[in-house]
Amino acid sequence: MTDPALQVENLRVYYHTRTGPVKAVDDVTFSLEKGERLGLVGESGSGKTTTALAIMGMIKPPAIIESGRVILNGRNLLQLSKEQYRRVRGNQIALIPQGAMNSLNPVMRVRSHIIDTIEAHRRIKRKEDISGQIQSLLAKVGLPSEVSGMYPHELSGGMKQRVTIAMGICLEPSVIVADEPTSALDVVVQMQVMATLEKAQQELNAAVILVGHDMGLMAQFCDRIGVMYAGKLVEIGSVEQIFEDPLHPYTQLLISSLPKFDKKGDFKGIPGLPPSAKNLPPGCTFNPRCPKVMDHCREVEPRFLEARPDRWTSCHLYEGAES
Amino acid sequence: MSIPLLEARNVTRVFGTGLFKKTGNVAVDNISLTISEDRPTITAIAGESGSGKTTLARLLLGALPATEGEVLYKGDPLSKLSRHKWREFRREVQTIFQDPFDAFNPFYKVDHVLTVPLSIFKLARSRQEANSQIVEALELVGLRAEDTLGRYPHQLSGGQRQRLMVARALLLKPKVILADEPVSMVDASLRATILESILKLKEERSITVLYITHDLTTAYQVSDRMIVLYKGSIAEAGDVEQVIHDPQHPYTKLLISSIPQPDPKEKWEKDAHGGALRPLTPGGCKFVDRCPAAFDRCHSTLPPLYMSSPGRAAACFLYRDHPVVEASEVLDTTAQPAL
Repeated sequence: MTDPALQVENLRVYYHTRTGPVKAVDDVTFSLEKGERLGLVGESGSGKTTTALAIMGMIKPPAIIESGRVILNGRNLLQLSKEQYRRVRGNQIALIPQGAMNSLNPVMRVRSHIIDTIEAHRRIKRKEDISGQIQSLLAKVGLPSEVSGMYPHELSGGMKQRVTIAMGICLEPSVIVADEPTSALDVVVQMQVMATLEKAQQELNAAVILVGHDMGLMAQFCDRIGVMYAGKLVEIGSVEQIFEDPLHPYTQLLISSLPKFDKKGDFKGIPGLPPSAKNLPPGCTFNPRCPKVMDHCREVEPRFLEARPDRWTSCHLYEGAES
Repeated sequence: MSIPLLEARNVTRVFGTGLFKKTGNVAVDNISLTISEDRPTITAIAGESGSGKTTLARLLLGALPATEGEVLYKGDPLSKLSRHKWREFRREVQTIFQDPFDAFNPFYKVDHVLTVPLSIFKLARSRQEANSQIVEALELVGLRAEDTLGRYPHQLSGGQRQRLMVARALLLKPKVILADEPVSMVDASLRATILESILKLKEERSITVLYITHDLTTAYQVSDRMIVLYKGSIAEAGDVEQVIHDPQHPYTKLLISSIPQPDPKEKWEKDAHGGALRPLTPGGCKFVDRCPAAFDRCHSTLPPLYMSSPGRAAACFLYRDHPVVEASEVLDTTAQPAL
C-alpha cells in the first residue's frame, strides 16, 4: 500500500428514529489508491449511496455519522468544520450526481454552472481567462463549445451528464465520487459517458468511487469492487477476483445470478429478501438467505478480515484463515 | 394461415400535432406486426427510451388510437369492435405494467386485484371456484396463497407485487400478454423469479408474450424472437440468438457492443464521442447521423426492411440486394421453442 488517495475507516452512519437506530452504514473500511477506480455495489438500501454521501460530508439529520474517519491528504474530514468541509468539497473531492436532469438549474446557462463551481473556491480575476477554461473543459468531456451558452433543457440526458462531469473536474479534484452517473441513460449513451469519465479521470489521475448496482458497468469500469449488503461492506477485492473467485456467499450468488448472453433461460436469483435495516437478523446479516449458513452464523457477527492477500471479506467461512 | 389474433397494419402514432404546431413527434412510424395464436412465442420489443416501444404497446392494447393505420383483433379494427367483441379483446389481451408500486390501490387488500377481474368477466361460478383459480394462478408464479392473500400492497416486496400482477393477468386465461418493462423497477436478485414466471406463461399456459424492454440481456434470456426499434421504426427483427450474436443493422451492432458485460475478460468497446449536435435530415434513414456505414443514399431515402438473411430483417441499405419484406413474414418462419 503506497500513499492512498482516500481512506475510510470504521464509518458508521445511523438514522435515529423513534423506534431505535437504523444502521444505514455499519463499520465500513476501505482505502483508495491514486488513480484507482473503486466500485461500490449493492441492492437498494444496502448503504452504498449513504457511504458516498458521508465521504462528501453531505449527511443530514436524521442521519448522523456515529463514528469513523475519512482521511484525505492526511486530514480526517469528519473533524472539519462546515466551512472547512465546504472548501474541500468540489475542490478536492467532487460528486457526480445520479440524476443529471435534476442537478442542473433550469434557469442557468451551462457556463454559469461551471463559473459558480469555480467561484465557490477560487477568485476569478479576468473574464477572458474563464471562458477559455470553460471551452477546454467542455472539449474534455466531448461537448461542442456552443453548449456553454445553452440552458439544460436544450441538452439531451447524456449531454447533461457530461456537463456534470465538467463541473466535477473543473477544480481538478483528487477523488471523484460518482453516484450511479448513468442510471437514467440509455446503453449507448451510458457507454459514451463512462468513456468520458474515464478519460477525464485518467488525465487528472484522480481516484474514483463509482456507486451503482449494474455489475456489467462495474466489471468494465472498475479496478476494485466493494460489495455492500445491509449496511456492511461484505467483500472487497480486485475486479478479476470478485468475478472469478468471489469469497462471500452473497457475492457468489450475485455473480452467478447475472444475466449474460451465453446462457439462456437459466434464472438464478438469490432466495429470500434483503432484511429491513430496522430489524436486522442476529449474527451475520446474510444468514437467513445464505446457502452455506452454519449455526455459528446465526449468533456471532463475522469480522471484516483479510481472508487472502489483498482480499477482505466478512464471513465465518474464512475466519482463522487470515493471511 | 388463419386470421391473426392481433395485427398492427402500418400503424403510425404522432404526438403533439394541433392547431398551432404543425409538425408532431412521430412516436411510432408505419409499423406492421402480427401476433398469431398458432404457436405461443415470446417476442421481445427492444429499444432505447424514445424508440416508441411503449407507444406501440399502448396502440396494440387499444389504449391509444393510431394516427394512421389500424390495429386489428381477429380481423376487425379495434376502433370498430362491437361491445361484445371489445369485452372479449379485453380478456384475451392482458398487460403487465412497469411499476409494481403504482399498479395497486393502497387501500385495498391485494386480493382485490385478483377477485375483481374474475367477477367482471364471470369466470368463476362460486367463491370456492374463484378461490381455487386464484391459488392455482399464484402457484404458477411461485407465490404461496397464505403469504400473499389478505395483505395490503405495502406489506409485499416489489418482486412479490410484480408476480401478483402476472397472476392477475393469468387468471383471465388470456391469449396474449403485453409485458411493458416488467423487471426494470425490481432489484436484480428478484428479477429472475419474475422472468421465470413469464417464461412459464408461454410454456405451461401457451400464452404468447410481447416482452417490451430496453434491457437486451433479459430480453435475450426469455424471448424467442426480437424486434429492435429505433426512433419509431423497426431497425431489425429475427430470431433472438441471431440478432444478439450476429446483429446486422449498424444500430443493433452499436447497441449490443455498448452493453457492459458482467465479465472483466470481455472488453467493452468504449468510445467517448456522441455529444455532437447534428440535426437529422428529414426523409433519410433515422440512424444516418450516427451510422459508421452511411452512404449518400442513406441521407435521402428511408430504407425499407430487407430480408438480410433467412429469417432476418434489417432496415438498412447495406442489404439492398435482398428482397423487401414485412417484419411478420420473417418472424413467422423463425418461431420455435426457446429452450
